[in-house]
Amino acid sequence: MAIFEQSIHWPVWLMVLPLTGALLTFAIYRYQNLIGLITAMGILWSVIALAQKVLTEGPQRYSIGGWGAPLGIDLYVDGLSTLMLLLTAAVGFFVSFYGVGYAGFRQHNHGSGYFWPLWLFLWTALNGLFLTADIFNAYVTLELIGLASVALVGLSGQASALNAAMRYLLVGLLGSLFYLLGVGLLYAGYHTVDMASLGQAAQAGPLPRTALTLMGVGLLLKTALFPLHFWLPPAHANAPTPVSSALSALVVKAPFYLLLRLWFTVFPDSTTGAAANLLGLLGAIAILWGSIQALQTQRLKLLVAYSTVAQLGYLFLVFPLTQDSMAASTAWSGALYYTLAHGLAKGGMFLAAGTIFYALQQDRIQNLNGISRHLPVTAFAFGLAGVSLMGLPPSAGFLAKWSLLTAAIANGQWGWAIIIVLGGLLAAGYVFRVLSYVFMQAPSKAHYRPVPWLMEWPALLLALMAICLGFITQTPLTLIEIGAPMSYQYLLP
Amino acid sequence: MNWSFWLPVLILLSSLGAGIVIFFLPQRAYRTRTTLNMAAATLKLLLVAALVWGVFHHQSYETRLPLLPEMDLLLRADTLSVLFITLSSILWFFTTLYAIGYLEASPHRSRFFGFFSLCVSATVGIALAGNLITFFIFYEMLTLSTYPLVTHRGTKKSLRAGKIYLGYTLMGGVLLLTGMAWLQTLAGPLSFTEGGLLAEAPPIDPQTLTIIFTLLIAGVGVKAALVPLHGWLPQAMVAPAPVSALLHAVAVVKAGAFGIVRIVDNVFGVEFVAKLGVAAPLAWLASFTIIYGSVRALFQDDLKRRLAYSTISQVSYIALGIALLNPVATIGAMAHLVHQGLMKITLFFCAGNLAQTLGIHRISEMAGVGRRMPWTMTAFTLGALGMIGVPPLAGFISKWYLGYGAVLAEAEWVLGILALSSVLNAAYFLPILYRAWFSPQKNPWPEETSRGRLETHWMLLLPPLITAAMALGAGLLAHAPFSPAEWARLIAVREYPSP
Repeated sequence: MAIFEQSIHWPVWLMVLPLTGALLTFAIYRYQNLIGLITAMGILWSVIALAQKVLTEGPQRYSIGGWGAPLGIDLYVDGLSTLMLLLTAAVGFFVSFYGVGYAGFRQHNHGSGYFWPLWLFLWTALNGLFLTADIFNAYVTLELIGLASVALVGLSGQASALNAAMRYLLVGLLGSLFYLLGVGLLYAGYHTVDMASLGQAAQAGPLPRTALTLMGVGLLLKTALFPLHFWLPPAHANAPTPVSSALSALVVKAPFYLLLRLWFTVFPDSTTGAAANLLGLLGAIAILWGSIQALQTQRLKLLVAYSTVAQLGYLFLVFPLTQDSMAASTAWSGALYYTLAHGLAKGGMFLAAGTIFYALQQDRIQNLNGISRHLPVTAFAFGLAGVSLMGLPPSAGFLAKWSLLTAAIANGQWGWAIIIVLGGLLAAGYVFRVLSYVFMQAPSKAHYRPVPWLMEWPALLLALMAICLGFITQTPLTLIEIGAPMSYQYLLP
Repeated sequence: MNWSFWLPVLILLSSLGAGIVIFFLPQRAYRTRTTLNMAAATLKLLLVAALVWGVFHHQSYETRLPLLPEMDLLLRADTLSVLFITLSSILWFFTTLYAIGYLEASPHRSRFFGFFSLCVSATVGIALAGNLITFFIFYEMLTLSTYPLVTHRGTKKSLRAGKIYLGYTLMGGVLLLTGMAWLQTLAGPLSFTEGGLLAEAPPIDPQTLTIIFTLLIAGVGVKAALVPLHGWLPQAMVAPAPVSALLHAVAVVKAGAFGIVRIVDNVFGVEFVAKLGVAAPLAWLASFTIIYGSVRALFQDDLKRRLAYSTISQVSYIALGIALLNPVATIGAMAHLVHQGLMKITLFFCAGNLAQTLGIHRISEMAGVGRRMPWTMTAFTLGALGMIGVPPLAGFISKWYLGYGAVLAEAEWVLGILALSSVLNAAYFLPILYRAWFSPQKNPWPEETSRGRLETHWMLLLPPLITAAMALGAGLLAHAPFSPAEWARLIAVREYPSP
């Protein structure tokens, strides 16, 4: 076993394993739940092994087949990618279990057999994106993520879902197109697509700036930053529940991850303060706009989706907040912690919302009276996830918000500080709006469908993880610093 | 990993663990839930007793869990923590007993006692917090765990009260958070230190400090119900009586008052507060709140509402005593933290007994109630007289120290406030006592439950009798070792090196 451990290339394995799983679940229909779960566990285990390696040995670079850049396909893992892989594995693990329990599939027999292959395929593509070391493969994986997501959204075959999927597809293609234009420009200019080589070659100038702008627009479209968020709420709200959860927690983070890479490690010289402020401003508007929409919507799943629009806005505050070197590392780790916290909490919250939807056969917020009586675990999961989303202590969301807030104040950027604090209050508004129905009022006489326990517990465990990461901070923080463009060490005299 | 590391954690876990288990108990598990509740409360008392003994003998207890760079979750026991934690764990014990008697027939009991235990854990966390961030973490946890208690009945009215409560407290949390984040960027980790942490921090512009002070005080002032941040408190009266007891005496308003003490004494430090000139405005605000609350209390017919306005008034004694920046006044404030808790919880228990046994909610219905429930009304009388400040009850002791401290601080106007407040207290408490004891019963009781051997269930009767006795004892034995007033002196001695 020890030899196996030493010789295995975990990053390669992390793409091979889910891909094999996808093919097997497609081929051997009868045992697809079993195969799928084993795959999910295998991925989780491999990611943990990889994380340990990164923690002890620092960033890793792999050349598949020994070819190396610029010819072969290179993989690169640092703290940022490990963190994203871990988040994907954790959310993916619970989403997989939920998928087995998800009784909605039995209802629409239509596409349920495709859930496992598509979901594992999506997982492959996500892992691929977080591992790749070149911008062209990033394009390929982005495209695969998009296609798998679209297929998953349309899985139920209902008209609303197909509509949302179609819109999602077109937006995704448009985004990829923009991104590809940027890649083309860069390749024409520097004859390489390898991120590290590009980083060395690119000086500030019109070419990298244009390329970064094009790629940035494409990625913003895919990550649904205001005002490019219009496609997200219908897509996330109409997808089958395990899919909604994965989309909101993970898929929108993928383009954001790529943007972070390009902005901070590949083209740091081509970025400008004005652009950073623009991104921050859009993020701020997203926080306000998404929250206001969430406060007004009547449907639970739609509310959770609008909350994603709002919460994504926080991530974009990293661009303006890292401009001052004093607080840069605080802002950086705050934003990454936010990604982690939001992924876990939103994953859990969407699962909980979906369970409520399934039990009631509808999700109008006014009709959620006394749900906690029938679904105590789910109601609790929703509440706990809400605590982290609001950024209340003790939770990962609180620590993330605290880091962003102190960074903003240390920089004297009071505008962002006010937005950060205000966003928390608005989140409290929409979360408690739901909770006051879920917990407090007398239960309605409606008929409740029985819910399998595999639909209740994954949500609670995900939400609990979001809370626990408010206490267990050393490992994520250490990971965030490994290979980070800015680190706490800079703060020391 | 040793005793001094684990004791604070164990104290925290004794109620937290019980609370989590209780959530998962089925509704009908009456015996298990009751046993668990009482066992946890007893265990906590024992652990706290060990802590008190240790702190008195200068033993230090510290638990530290690093969260972020420059940010630790820090539990630590100093004399001030001990004062608050003893109060809350003793009162928790009796409130639990009372709540079991009060609520055992109503729905959602597991949820109620679950959140109830979380609430106490949060209070303990506030008491043991060793820095401002830990304080904040538990302060917000308290908000979250009291919300379901306030809205427990699930009626339109209680949901509305819950919404108002949340609105106020979350807003307070945001102010506190902002002030805290700001101060941390200027002064580094915000550990509570005797004499204030600013003394060792790099120099900060006084104007900035004044703004931060205002933010922090406003943040905790919401829970302490300082006017104009008090609006949630009278609304929250729709909650069941044990919750009101918790809100008014054990946890919520006390957490706010305790926060004021921490911020003035251990964050800014007395010297700094004096230099900034922010103490006088705080004293004025507290004085205004004292008078305002009493005047509003005069005009309430609903008994619990009258008591609520009385709380607004009485809690500000603590803020006032602290703001005088004088060791003797500080003793008064600290002692009042405990005394007010004992007296107010007695009053709320009694009000709950009247509501539960006879269906009485209004003062106008109370004529002749002393004959029907003599024990309850005796406890009530002791509590009310204590509030007025009649010697030798506890309230007299704290007022005495406050007044004497005011004279020493050369703020004689405070004597006027204290006198006026006592008159007003008398004006709204004495008519109740008169009506209960001396007026004959006019109408039949609104909803009398069948009478047992005692005037009401023993679980409802015992707690107010004991807390009333403690209020009496705290006054009579004010100079005995371990009495609240004596402990307050210990705090003041450690806070003011040369009193």
